[in-house]
Amino acid sequence: MEIHYLTAHQLKDRLEKGQISCTEIVKSIYLRIEEVEDRLNSYIRLEKESALSRAGEVDKLISAGSDIEDFMGMPVAVKDNICTKNITTTCASRILENYIPIYNATVIDRLESRNYILAGKANMDEFAMGSSNENSYFGTVKNPWDTDRVPGGSSGGPAACVAAGEAVCSLGSDTGGSIRQPASLCGVVGFKPTYGMVSRYGLVAFASSLDQIGPITRDVEDCAAMLNIICGHDRKDSTSINMEVPDYKSFLKADIKDMRIGVPKELMVEGIDREVKEAVYRTIKLVEDMGGIVEEISLPNLEYALSVYYIIAPSEASSNLSRFDGVRYGYRNVEAESLREMYRRSRAEGFGDEVKRRIMIGAYCLSAGYYDAYYEKAQRVRTLIINDFKKAFKKFDVLISPTSPTTAFKIGEKIEDPLTMYLSDICTIPVNLAGLPAISIPAGLSGGKLPIGLQIIGNVLREDNVLKVAYSLEKAIGFTCRPGL
Amino acid sequence: MKNEYEPVIGLETHVELYTNTKMFCGCRLSFGEEKNIYTCPVCLGHPGSLPVINKKAIEYAAKIALALNCKIKRYTIFHRKNYFYPDMPKNYQISQYNLPLGVGGYLDVDMGAYIRRVRITRVHMEEDTGKLLHKGTTGRISESEASIVDFNRAGTPLIEVVTEPDIRSPGEAKEYMIILRNLILFLDVSNCSMEEGSLRCDANVSVRKTGEDKIGTKTEIKNLNSFKFLQKGLEYEFKRQIKVLEAGGEVIQQTRHYDSKTGTTKVLRSKEEAHDYRYFPEPDLVPIYIEDKMIEDIRKTIPELPSVKAKRFEKQYGLLKHDSSFLANNRDLADYFEQCCRYYNNAKNIAKWIMSNFSALLNKEKMTIKDSRVTPENLCKMMEIIDKGKISSKIAKLVFEEMFSTGKNPQKIIEDRGLEQISDEGLLEVIIEDVIKDNPGPVEQFKEGKDKAIGFLIGRVMAKTKGKANPGMVNEIIIKKLS
Repeated sequence: MEIHYLTAHQLKDRLEKGQISCTEIVKSIYLRIEEVEDRLNSYIRLEKESALSRAGEVDKLISAGSDIEDFMGMPVAVKDNICTKNITTTCASRILENYIPIYNATVIDRLESRNYILAGKANMDEFAMGSSNENSYFGTVKNPWDTDRVPGGSSGGPAACVAAGEAVCSLGSDTGGSIRQPASLCGVVGFKPTYGMVSRYGLVAFASSLDQIGPITRDVEDCAAMLNIICGHDRKDSTSINMEVPDYKSFLKADIKDMRIGVPKELMVEGIDREVKEAVYRTIKLVEDMGGIVEEISLPNLEYALSVYYIIAPSEASSNLSRFDGVRYGYRNVEAESLREMYRRSRAEGFGDEVKRRIMIGAYCLSAGYYDAYYEKAQRVRTLIINDFKKAFKKFDVLISPTSPTTAFKIGEKIEDPLTMYLSDICTIPVNLAGLPAISIPAGLSGGKLPIGLQIIGNVLREDNVLKVAYSLEKAIGFTCRPGL
Repeated sequence: MKNEYEPVIGLETHVELYTNTKMFCGCRLSFGEEKNIYTCPVCLGHPGSLPVINKKAIEYAAKIALALNCKIKRYTIFHRKNYFYPDMPKNYQISQYNLPLGVGGYLDVDMGAYIRRVRITRVHMEEDTGKLLHKGTTGRISESEASIVDFNRAGTPLIEVVTEPDIRSPGEAKEYMIILRNLILFLDVSNCSMEEGSLRCDANVSVRKTGEDKIGTKTEIKNLNSFKFLQKGLEYEFKRQIKVLEAGGEVIQQTRHYDSKTGTTKVLRSKEEAHDYRYFPEPDLVPIYIEDKMIEDIRKTIPELPSVKAKRFEKQYGLLKHDSSFLANNRDLADYFEQCCRYYNNAKNIAKWIMSNFSALLNKEKMTIKDSRVTPENLCKMMEIIDKGKISSKIAKLVFEEMFSTGKNPQKIIEDRGLEQISDEGLLEVIIEDVIKDNPGPVEQFKEGKDKAIGFLIGRVMAKTKGKANPGMVNEIIIKKLS
């Protein structure tokens, strides 16, 4: 197989055997980028020069006898809402077009300490708001499987570049499905950890109580290895969980005998494509063949998840994004004559439509007289959803569902209809509301053309169960297709 | 006519805490150094940065709340208060809303003739903003060419103390602030300087006919940045509201700005223009659970408070009520006083010295007693020397001035400058005889019964001895010689 399609652990194996150098890996990734990037637009910024020089340094370390750790010398794409010191971090927004962070996100520090290589900053929906990557100031990302279609969003760039061989893996962020849904649409693995497992320090906030950084990889093994690096307590994030991090790779066992797997019926209803449903049923059969016990379960309050999400997430966003005002950094309208006008015009010209829409929804939900009816009520319903999951996990080890109700849709198909677009995240949003870990793995192709994703949801801090089932199913499904790009 | 009305006043006081670091990041607090040096991604509100609560700030805030007799909430959270202003790095302030740290306390304000109990609604924590500096000759925003922002102050821990509308006169408001300031100084958690802005006060004022229960429409007065301005601003606003009502008008709910130059208040914004702060729980922070043990540990760090101390001084040292409150209201004075009491047993005398000559010099030099070079031991030595009749109280003043400027031992000053009192009867008699001889007029007057004339003769003796003669003895000898 081409170098650019190898997984990190395969490449590590070759590095260890001296069959390849880091420089060769980085070069082959950049060759691939040159070959396909024009058609995909998965990056906002490439870091070719520094990547090559870093590769040279890593090669020196290796030839000096250094141990080769996971992701050492691996070109990783980083979603452009994760702060990289001295390298622009735009959130795919005009308002941060030229913003250069003065510090690294904690996850970047952790990766740097492992000698990773930053391939570039990946494209996304502006401020991670969107499900199709059509909301980027830097242009839409195309799906590598069909460039007329969307890669999903908001981590469209990170998913597309991993699917197309433009990076070995990537880091995304997931607020309502932004890692899992694009991973599903692009036929790769995407993981959202338990809320609080990965430090949010340096992740430009969209909705603080929902945001979580996670990996997008080519297989579950790389996913577990990446979790080993990025998970863990960080004093700089008060919501980060202070506990020992397990070795996630130790859960990579193809054994799910007697594991109890629930299928929430609310996630298998109307609006889910027939082929997507069929893929889930095929997986259920595989689970049963391996000795797992599958049962349907009802989580009645999931019905309200989308409504709750579209109150809580915009409310938090309206406050989180108020710091972008043209005063200290970012885009500023210089013609404005007064402070108020400078605020208004900088923000009007700096933000895109979807971002403005959500800021307005959020400001409305938090305003005097509406707070109780919207934000407060939404938080109560959120608790009901959490309780539904708690109850379900008394009976089941994991829950499975489609990741996305459909496969990749056409560019332009839903962009004019936000409510239809919002439905793309119907299966993934409840997971964020409850702070649970969940993965999306490829479960096949629809009509032989477009990837279908399967979501596996675990209880809080039960990444082990998620990884175990994902690893087992990945082996059983045997998805090896690559986009014909 | 004015007596028919009474003001109803509630105060909101902000106090900057002097912790080592800021409320939500590791930056140092600043005291007017170079601009924007104590800043980091967190207090500059850079994208992706997150706040982390300063535990010390919570302890300090709880200390204040406890000293104000508040109940400490076992479960407390932070909210975001959203509004746009260039000195706010995030365009929201992390503050507290419906679950403040302390609730339901009170502060007794001793007005001499009566005690006003001012109930404390709440004590809550928040972060300070940066400072806007307007470039231009006047320093005012409307006339400036440009404004710059200094974020050194941004994120400084702040507490807000909110009272119930229990205050009934501008004088009470001023007294409340003085007592609150003293109390916080005692707790050693803030330097409480109104000049430097580490203690700031806004007032809510309404008026009503004396004896009525209902509360009228209030205005909020900002920029009351000294005890004097607080009283003046409230007095003006009280009169203004009465005038409006007397003219048949209605008080309009609004925020007003006190202008210390004109002594008046002006409209800042109306109720309609008031901000909707869109408060919601700060999702970047987790709730704070305060355990009983923490509260007990904090309670232990609270020293004896001024009101309690004053009562003790009265009882233990037999001081007058006025003197004991004067000393007890200032932690440094009180400590100094008590140190002196260890070396010298006439407490009233110590109090007299601290409150008169010593305080006068401290005020003149704008110093605190802590910075003074006069040690309690030396002050006490000086008082002993006076008691022994070695120097007069007049000479003592000179000696003390030198002690104050040099920190020297009083005995040494007296020896070096030859200031010891002349109590040698023989020597004094010689000098007095000369004075009697040289001043036949006053001597005659004295003999005719004009007692005043003796003062003149004593004055002459003092002049001849450069003030060193023992005045009691001089008095005695003159009387003896002339009768």
